[in-house]
Amino acid sequence: MLLARTADNLFWLARYVERAENTARILDAATRLSSLPAGYGGSSNEWMSAVAATGGLARYKELYDDESHRSVIDFLAFSPNNPSSIRTCIEIARSNARAVRTAITAEMWDSINGAWLELKQFPSDGMTRPRLNELLTFVKEASLRFDGSAYRTMLRNDAYYFARLGSYLERADATSRILDVKYHVLLPEGEPVGGSLDYFQWSSILRSVSALTAYHWVYRQNLRPWLVADLLILRREMPRSLTSCYENLTRFLDEIARDYGQQGKSQRQARATFARLENTDINAVFAGGMHEFLLSIIAENNRLGAAIADQYLT
Amino acid sequence: MVTTPFDEMTIAGDGCRPAYNLVKAWLEENDLDTLRHRSHEAELLFRRIGITFAVYGQAEAEERIIPFDVVPRVLTSGEWHRLSQGLTQRVRALNAFLADIYGKGEILRAGVVPEDLVYQNPYFRPEMIGLKVPRSIYVPISGIDIVRVDAETFYVLEDNARTPSGVSYMLENREVMMRLFPDLFSEHRIAPVENYPDELLQTLQSLAPDSTRGEPNVVLLTPGQFNSAYYEHSFLADRLGVELVEGRDLFVRDATVFMRTTQGPKRVDVIYRRLDDEFLDPLVFRPDSILGVPGLMSAYRAGNVALANAVGTGVADDKAIYTYMPEIVRFYFGEEPILKNVPTWRCREPEALAYVLDHLDELVVKEVSGSGGYGMLVGPKADKETIETFRAKLKAKPDEFIAQPTLALSTCPTFVGDGIAPRHVDLRPFVLTGADRVRIVPGGLTRVAMREGSLVVNSSQGGGTKDTWVLDAPDDTGATPSSAPVDAGASQSQPQAQTTASQSQSQGQN
Repeated sequence: MLLARTADNLFWLARYVERAENTARILDAATRLSSLPAGYGGSSNEWMSAVAATGGLARYKELYDDESHRSVIDFLAFSPNNPSSIRTCIEIARSNARAVRTAITAEMWDSINGAWLELKQFPSDGMTRPRLNELLTFVKEASLRFDGSAYRTMLRNDAYYFARLGSYLERADATSRILDVKYHVLLPEGEPVGGSLDYFQWSSILRSVSALTAYHWVYRQNLRPWLVADLLILRREMPRSLTSCYENLTRFLDEIARDYGQQGKSQRQARATFARLENTDINAVFAGGMHEFLLSIIAENNRLGAAIADQYLT
Repeated sequence: MVTTPFDEMTIAGDGCRPAYNLVKAWLEENDLDTLRHRSHEAELLFRRIGITFAVYGQAEAEERIIPFDVVPRVLTSGEWHRLSQGLTQRVRALNAFLADIYGKGEILRAGVVPEDLVYQNPYFRPEMIGLKVPRSIYVPISGIDIVRVDAETFYVLEDNARTPSGVSYMLENREVMMRLFPDLFSEHRIAPVENYPDELLQTLQSLAPDSTRGEPNVVLLTPGQFNSAYYEHSFLADRLGVELVEGRDLFVRDATVFMRTTQGPKRVDVIYRRLDDEFLDPLVFRPDSILGVPGLMSAYRAGNVALANAVGTGVADDKAIYTYMPEIVRFYFGEEPILKNVPTWRCREPEALAYVLDHLDELVVKEVSGSGGYGMLVGPKADKETIETFRAKLKAKPDEFIAQPTLALSTCPTFVGDGIAPRHVDLRPFVLTGADRVRIVPGGLTRVAMREGSLVVNSSQGGGTKDTWVLDAPDDTGATPSSAPVDAGASQSQPQAQTTASQSQSQGQN
């Protein structure tokens, strides 16, 4: 049993750490793609699709008049007005951690507080390319360290489960958004095998969720757009895939229900989405429209978040 | 009239008091660079742990850390023994006094303490009159500020009977010292303080009301993470293994307190509250408080929840009541106080006021209700103008002030950047009073005035802290028994050659 507020803080702590990492990876992929010559699929709107992948397009347009990489880097890495900027995420995560110091382990606190302290060494002005790389590497490592310390040091009780729910729900959300922004390059029709200009787009998607190597291990062939979609939506063994996220969401919600001796709306909600993902294949997803499919998953993520909040966090 | 203060390490000339032999040797062994390096390491550790505090009224000062001095302060077990007897007596007297003034009021009727000092005291809570406090313990947790003026004399400078803070520093200072200087601890026999949270939990559990079912549910109520002592609140809740709650996590139904959990409401039996009286219950005290719990006082009155400390204890740690503590001890126990008060003039008494006005340049004058080193006059350090302003304040409202001689507070060797120098210190031991007994862990928080000559040790005024050692044996020389480690054999290691071979095999296939 936990204080509802503690469960809420743990859930959002994990969500924001995960989000910081996702934003860093998306920014990393955009940087890489935009540095390619146009002939290799690089294009100027890479920066805007990075913003879109974080769900921040509307906010961005309120804040900036241009679409320069400088503005996008500022928005995604530093802007206090962007709820998904790396700095905001780490600040909110740390503030949540501080509110529940008693519910997290010393190692977890150390990792998030350390990240928060270290972040101050990256001022937003005068950001150079190498410095940006350092920042992104640092954020990814901080998230890994946090995740690892949670995994290795937390008691396996409801506090742990709520933290994991936050991570997986955020991850499911990020994966769906990243795919949705690029869904047009993943369409199978009339795609010549190999040599596509979109190769770098696909690899950039995989890179933004750290799945390039995994792809090769799973399929043992060159990048095919529909397989990229298959990997990130349906493959259970891929820890970023929607199926895998929902498998974990279902699992941890069931653990909570077992501990508390009571099932509820959030368990039913997660199970329904998980079943839907399990009982489909990538052809069916394409047939029904990938964009529509992803939009419905994003909507289900939101509903699940609301159900968890309603059932446990208030 | 300023005499050379008593230094706890050095005897006039070059001698060393025995308690400090090892510390002195250690200081001589380590050069300044080592100490500087260690001090820096200590600061990093504190920052890393997040042991911070906020200073009110300083926007830029969010989350500062208190300077930590690496040179420990040492007390012998004999000194400690006498102190702890005195502390026990003092805290028992505080409890007896509170039970009396919110009960029969005998001490007032006997004319030992003037009624107006109690009834017109801003911390007196009429709501507490006749309220049955669980186990009749008003002050389960107190911090008594002690100063030393010579080898024999310890004075009580102030009683803290509301929500004393600083115990996390006592515990963390020790942790950091043990990490930085493990050798020192193996050479000395230093009484441990790490069991404080256990003692605190037992104390709190012993207060659980009769209506408690099963294991009492203890919680720590904090004003939230913007409070200056938030770190300590979370630290203690963590060590106690109890929930750290805010007002919004609690609610009252049927005169019973519940907390909101992921599994619905759960009954709360004991609240270690680090929230001031006036914020506790907006229905009874400040109606604009959003930090408290509406209805809490009704549950308290019904005897369904214990508050530690009780409501209204501030009246006993007030500086005006302080001056009566020796009489209070005599009144309830018929004993002489073991710990003395600092000689004090009560400015409300005309002869005392006359004396104080004549000697303002020698005295320390304090506001009766002030704390944290705010609003006081340190005569010998003040310029003429300040003294005259204060004189006017004092004449206008003499009731609100007390005066004390400028004490030659003892000094301890302290690392000051370019060397080791004596700096003034005080001591705040923490006294726990449960239904069963009084518990005091051997040690406390030593605060040190880091500026040369300064007597103000408050952290809000730039004071620092030191680890406080109570030596375990009377004439301790430091030899500790060691036991030979048992060799359990080497641990398993990965058979190397084989692994490499099979790995390269599988890689070759890809």
